[in-house]
Amino acid sequence: MADKVKKKGTHRPKSFWVAILVLSLLAFLSLAPLVLVLINSIKTHSEILKNPLSFPQKIHFENFSYTWEVGRFGEGFINSVKLTFTAIVTGVIGSSTMGYVLATRRVKTWKILTLYFMICTTVPLQMFMLPLYSLFVKAHLIGNVFAVGAAIAAWNLPMPIFLMRTYYLKVPYELEEAARIDGASTFQVFLKVVMPIVSPGIVTVACIVGLFSWNEYLLSTTLLQSEKNFTATLKFLNLNGSFSRDYSVIMSGAVIMVLPMIIVFLLLQKKFIEGMAGGAVKG
Amino acid sequence: MEMKTVKIKKEKGVNRHKRAGTLTYHLLSLPAVLLSGLIILIPAVQTIYSAFTTWNGISDDKVWVGLQNFRELFQDWVFWRAVMNNLKWTMLFVTVPVMIAMTAAVIMARFHIGSKSFQAVYLIPYLLAPTTNAIIWLNMIFSPNGGLIGFMQKLGWQLTSPLGNLDTALIGVAMVDIWHYWGFLTVIYLAALRQTPGDQIEAAAIEGASGWQTFYYVYLPNIMPTVRLMFILITIYSFCTYDYIYLMTSGGPAHATEVLSTYAYSMAFSAFKFGKAAAVSLVIGVFGCIAAFFYTWFSRKEALE
Repeated sequence: MADKVKKKGTHRPKSFWVAILVLSLLAFLSLAPLVLVLINSIKTHSEILKNPLSFPQKIHFENFSYTWEVGRFGEGFINSVKLTFTAIVTGVIGSSTMGYVLATRRVKTWKILTLYFMICTTVPLQMFMLPLYSLFVKAHLIGNVFAVGAAIAAWNLPMPIFLMRTYYLKVPYELEEAARIDGASTFQVFLKVVMPIVSPGIVTVACIVGLFSWNEYLLSTTLLQSEKNFTATLKFLNLNGSFSRDYSVIMSGAVIMVLPMIIVFLLLQKKFIEGMAGGAVKG
Repeated sequence: MEMKTVKIKKEKGVNRHKRAGTLTYHLLSLPAVLLSGLIILIPAVQTIYSAFTTWNGISDDKVWVGLQNFRELFQDWVFWRAVMNNLKWTMLFVTVPVMIAMTAAVIMARFHIGSKSFQAVYLIPYLLAPTTNAIIWLNMIFSPNGGLIGFMQKLGWQLTSPLGNLDTALIGVAMVDIWHYWGFLTVIYLAALRQTPGDQIEAAAIEGASGWQTFYYVYLPNIMPTVRLMFILITIYSFCTYDYIYLMTSGGPAHATEVLSTYAYSMAFSAFKFGKAAAVSLVIGVFGCIAAFFYTWFSRKEALE
């Protein structure tokens, strides 16, 4: 106790300040490119060319509305929301059911299923992308944001399954037992007793799946193909191709992409960190 | 005596449920099995088969050619360049971000600072899309016109974009990927470090252990399972890395940043040699399988026992 008081007092060891310095330096490296983008997003093209480090002489907020228009970000964000929403729903249904099966171990196949999904964690996208592409062509699903969302969810199913499994393992057995004695069927127990308890886990899974599918690049670009179906990230890539001579467009476009992510992250920070750490840290 | 009856009761309970409810459990496993089977398993089996054929991706014609695709690959210098680049990439990623993340995480754990503020800042680049990050770095940092490097050139510094140079292009791309990735590792390491028992840390402090000794003898043994797991995962990801390389250099200049996945992609969608691309995918898959074996080996204990 006395030690703690001392630590909080004025006599901090020199090593403490070195630690702060190191952490601040790393924070600077993480943020510097983004701060540069923010400053340059409200400058004109020629101002950026002259000196990317200078502050704007006049703030050009109209950059954002112009970029939003020419980049067709409205369409892009709607596609992103559709795709991400589909991926989240698919991912949550797949992982919450399979996670329960793997946690309860009441079917003989649980060992095979566990091994299968473990191997799936490490299967590279290239292993299944080419036949999947031709399947999408044959089924006329190319450009269908919902189908692509479901495919992204399927690819990222293993991690959420094992995450949900750890949540189910924490549910006390007596609770399920009590519900059964009251005459509830297995499905009722799952839906009405267990699901509400693991709902924090479901929110975590939704965050992780949502983040991944919102940002996804390779599968989306391969399976969406035409510009009108592009997600926001692909619209921005397109914009970079066609407006590479106008830096104010690129920089304000980058802010349009970055800002919503940072706001959502700050709101759901705990869930994101819980999901990321939960997938890899072995207790 | 009492204990015994309780035990018997429980066993009986389990048995009853086994009889009554396995059908429901089978039904509950359906969504994930169908989804993964349709999108991952069946296409993966098709990939394995296609690797031995002359499939062009459009028609259904698949002529069995045995090992010809592989023979052609092994004679192609670009393939070997790609393998080498994947190995270099792996070497970079199992060292540089690991060291940065470990340093940051240990400092945060030891001094009890920044677990909220600093950690959140470090994570921001990881949350952004690869497309966004790549475009930001290409234009804001590496561009000879409006970027930081171009500006410093104007001021008289002897700087060029690393992406244009054969020797530095791969490191230039890796730098951006590492910039975006290390914050994620920090979160994982910090979460693992936090599980180090407090009494062990206190004991080390009482014994007068130095900062390095505390790390080596107390923290490190405790987080070793996590470090090992991340090592395997990083290796796997390094063998299928694609986004940053394709977005920033498309494998160029002159194949200097070609990796197996960019090689496979251009083989499939530029040359329409899906069979040969499948063969490259299979090579990636084999590297992945080796790593997956270790991954399953290490996590098997936790999930299967």
